[in-house]
Amino acid sequence: MMYATRTRGGRAEPFAVRVSIAERLGLAHMDWPLALATVALAGFSVFTLGQATSHDVPGSPHYYLDRQAVYSLLGLVGMVLLTRIDYSRFRELRVGIYTFLCASVSLVFVFGFAARGSRRAFEFPMFSFQPSELGKLLLVLALAGFVIDGARRGSVKRRTLRYLCLGLAPAALVFLQPDLGTSMVLVVATLAVMYFGGVPWTHFAVIGAALIALIALVLVAAPAVGVPVLKGYQEQRLTSFLHPSEDAGGAGYQQNQSVVAIGSGQKTGRGDRATQTRLDFVPERHTDFIFAVIGERYGFGGAALVLSLYALLFWRALRIVTLSKNSYGTLVAGGIAVSLLFQVFINVGMNLGIMPITGIPLPLMSYGGSSVIATFLAVGVLQSINIQARLSQKGRFAW
Amino acid sequence: MALRIAVVGGVAVALFAVLLFRLWDLQILSGGHYLAEAKNNRTREYKVIAPRGDILDRDGNVLVDNRTSLALQLNTQKLPEDPAEEKAELARLGQLAHMSLRKVRRTIDEQEEVAAGAPVTLRKDVGYDLVYYLEENQRRFPGVVVQRVFVRHYPDESRAAHVVGSVGEVSEEELTEAPYKGLEPGDEVGQGGVEYTYDKYLRGRPGLTKIQVNALGQPTPGGQLVSQPPTPGDNLKLTIDPEVQAAGESALASRGLPGAFVTMNVDNGQLLGLGSFPTFDPTIFTEPMTQSQVNELYRDPELGLLTDRATESYYPTGSTFKIVTALAALEGKVITPSTTIFDGGKLTVGTQSFQNAGGASYGPLTLVPALEVSSDVFFYELGLKMWDTGQLQRWAAKLGIGQESGLDIPGETEGLVPSKKWREELVAEGLAEERPWSAGDNIQLATGQGDLQTNPLQMAIAYAALGNGGTLVTPHVGMEVEDAAGRVLKEFDPKPRRRIKIDPGHRAAIMEGLHLAAQGPQGTSYGVFGGFPIEVAGKTGTAQRPPHADQSWYAVLAPYPDPRIVTIVTMEEGGFGAESAAPAALQILEAYFDKRASSVSAAGTGLAE
Repeated sequence: MMYATRTRGGRAEPFAVRVSIAERLGLAHMDWPLALATVALAGFSVFTLGQATSHDVPGSPHYYLDRQAVYSLLGLVGMVLLTRIDYSRFRELRVGIYTFLCASVSLVFVFGFAARGSRRAFEFPMFSFQPSELGKLLLVLALAGFVIDGARRGSVKRRTLRYLCLGLAPAALVFLQPDLGTSMVLVVATLAVMYFGGVPWTHFAVIGAALIALIALVLVAAPAVGVPVLKGYQEQRLTSFLHPSEDAGGAGYQQNQSVVAIGSGQKTGRGDRATQTRLDFVPERHTDFIFAVIGERYGFGGAALVLSLYALLFWRALRIVTLSKNSYGTLVAGGIAVSLLFQVFINVGMNLGIMPITGIPLPLMSYGGSSVIATFLAVGVLQSINIQARLSQKGRFAW
Repeated sequence: MALRIAVVGGVAVALFAVLLFRLWDLQILSGGHYLAEAKNNRTREYKVIAPRGDILDRDGNVLVDNRTSLALQLNTQKLPEDPAEEKAELARLGQLAHMSLRKVRRTIDEQEEVAAGAPVTLRKDVGYDLVYYLEENQRRFPGVVVQRVFVRHYPDESRAAHVVGSVGEVSEEELTEAPYKGLEPGDEVGQGGVEYTYDKYLRGRPGLTKIQVNALGQPTPGGQLVSQPPTPGDNLKLTIDPEVQAAGESALASRGLPGAFVTMNVDNGQLLGLGSFPTFDPTIFTEPMTQSQVNELYRDPELGLLTDRATESYYPTGSTFKIVTALAALEGKVITPSTTIFDGGKLTVGTQSFQNAGGASYGPLTLVPALEVSSDVFFYELGLKMWDTGQLQRWAAKLGIGQESGLDIPGETEGLVPSKKWREELVAEGLAEERPWSAGDNIQLATGQGDLQTNPLQMAIAYAALGNGGTLVTPHVGMEVEDAAGRVLKEFDPKPRRRIKIDPGHRAAIMEGLHLAAQGPQGTSYGVFGGFPIEVAGKTGTAQRPPHADQSWYAVLAPYPDPRIVTIVTMEEGGFGAESAAPAALQILEAYFDKRASSVSAAGTGLAE
């Protein structure tokens, strides 16, 4: 069909031409609901930041608005570009990607920009770049490659151990930055890739038991013998949601204020009369606690809409897992889907006072270039998997 | 693989359901509660203290007003969170306030206990140099503010101290009581004197400023929501006459003996002067007290500075009581003004013998000369004649002796008029020796001795009733409440307690006896009042109050025969009435009449009106 229309030159039928251009851009086989949810969430974020942060930076009311809009557009462009690339190439590049990932999260220790006692990002003249955010995607891409590549090498146990080590190494580096939240996402992404890679259930049971033992060790046993693994504030944040009123001035206070903010939004929200998130009662309202802003300003309607968009996004991502033309795509899509779900649940749960404060941003909504762009790119990879699957079903390649 | 995907999908559904349910719970089910919490969150209310009203004397001179003082206050929520930093700041503060770190912490703890969250006052009356220092070094002292506060000020120091009383922080107990509704811990209320009685007029209403604040407690731009200015308390004008009060206080102080004076308008009960010695400067209550100061103030209620001997004492009165005996005998038809009783120097009843003071004997006497020379035997005879009739006790009660007067200053005592019934009760309760009421008891009472317990205020009321022809007035010091502009908002003119029927002839006889006692050549206080240009009716008293030396009394109505004022003076261990109390009373009368004379002469020259 496509070749046929081309030979007709200028006399092509309008319908056939349109199909051709859409196919060339790969848009015809894009998952439109996924794209829509992604853009809607990013747009909602820009809209919210524009309303809620106009007094935050003296003299420039659009500070966060402008920047987030630019990040989103960059992310959108990156996403569209990625749809044009066959994701399977990343499998070949797995060693390079993995090396880049480990190097970049290590280099912040040397060249990183220290903010609030932790080195997470590189500071450039116009922007800063936090490699661990992109690392979430990179780890999935590389690890999925290693899993597929090593599928027939060594015993099942050895393979499980190898994947674990490969995943936990960058996670440990990020943990040392220190960035507890992102390192947790990396661990979850690792487990997700292994899960879809067919690691036996029994191994997960052992890993789960080991995790529980580790948590107990870190939170209870190690401090008891005088070897604190977590920084004081980290432990406080992690545990304060269990007893918020005990520590009304510290970490629990922040979460309390966030809960009050969301609750006060009621059905329809308080709009510009919102006080909790406008008058600094809720900390980090443009980043980690942006869901509280939405809850207070736009009420249950706004917050439920956001949750629905994430549900839509996750559903489409999971659907792509099932559609993928090859196992690599399944593993990549699964890793991305689960890590997005994890981030959304932890962040929104933290805003709602049922999850600990871990500093995990809300994908696409929290202010921050690295996170927004990395999420767009991850969605781009999902789209690429979808497009390749559609094209292979038709027995053709895009280009 | 399908199973694995289904499991993840199921988990996702569960997680989203949890989030949505929690969202529903917070926003729909409990939204109202959180909205209220959010609204409460963003406003801070600052109380603006209202200045208390001034207390003035009847001429409008200030007895008590306020001065503004700078208080060093600490907002404890803004202290550094780090314990070491907090300690360092408190130590620095302590140095500025001349307090040890321990004392600073104790002060904070004490005040936090009463009013958690309210700023803690570390020190009142800090100097401006400290204010400037703090302003320049603000960053080193987070949470420290210098607040303008009102402090009671007493321009004449101890003047009328027992009348005006003092203010202090409202107690936890008081906060539960109706008159103090709406007050908060730390608020100041009257704790004695008219500050207590007229607290509701003097107190004023604090203002309120509601400010929208951010999470750091900083006001947000344009965030002043409500501003309600404080209403200053109203001024209280007392009936106290500055000259009379000053004369009374200096007369007491010049002798240096514990004692008291009362000067009262006989017709309406307005107290022109009311004082007690030793006295105090209420300023001490506005400053932190040392333990030794506290001990000095409270060591002994009977000897203490704070006891108002004019209203809170229990004294026998000596011969000043004789007008009660005379009234009882005349009105009870025991004697007439012309009845003659022989004074042989002593009266013997059974085994007991009662003698005149100084062993004198005056021969045959009627009432008037008996009062003039203060014959004890004459009145012993009256006491004997009425010993089991109860007439004397009834008349004492009619005249308000042994009863609270309704004075508008808290703390007055009831006193006691001994009677047959009282004696029997005492014996029944085993509190006294087994002995019935005897003629001797009544004979003692007839001359103001024995178990009689009264105070100068009660005597003033009794003498006033004689002077005004039978009206038992309600004594008071509160005259008017005025607003800041001087407009009278309320006048106090309490009704007389009762009217007593007194035969004018009887009154005239007693008054004549008192007049001669003061200014007749045979009079007991002729030496003091003989040369006084205004005619008066006065009676000395010398009360035996073992183990103390005799207590000196003087009661005087002036001018004679239609008195406007009554003055009572007593001095513990002052000896004969004429010796110390009468000269003090003279000083007071001089002050009273000098002032009137000069205002009369001013009117005469046409300057007034």
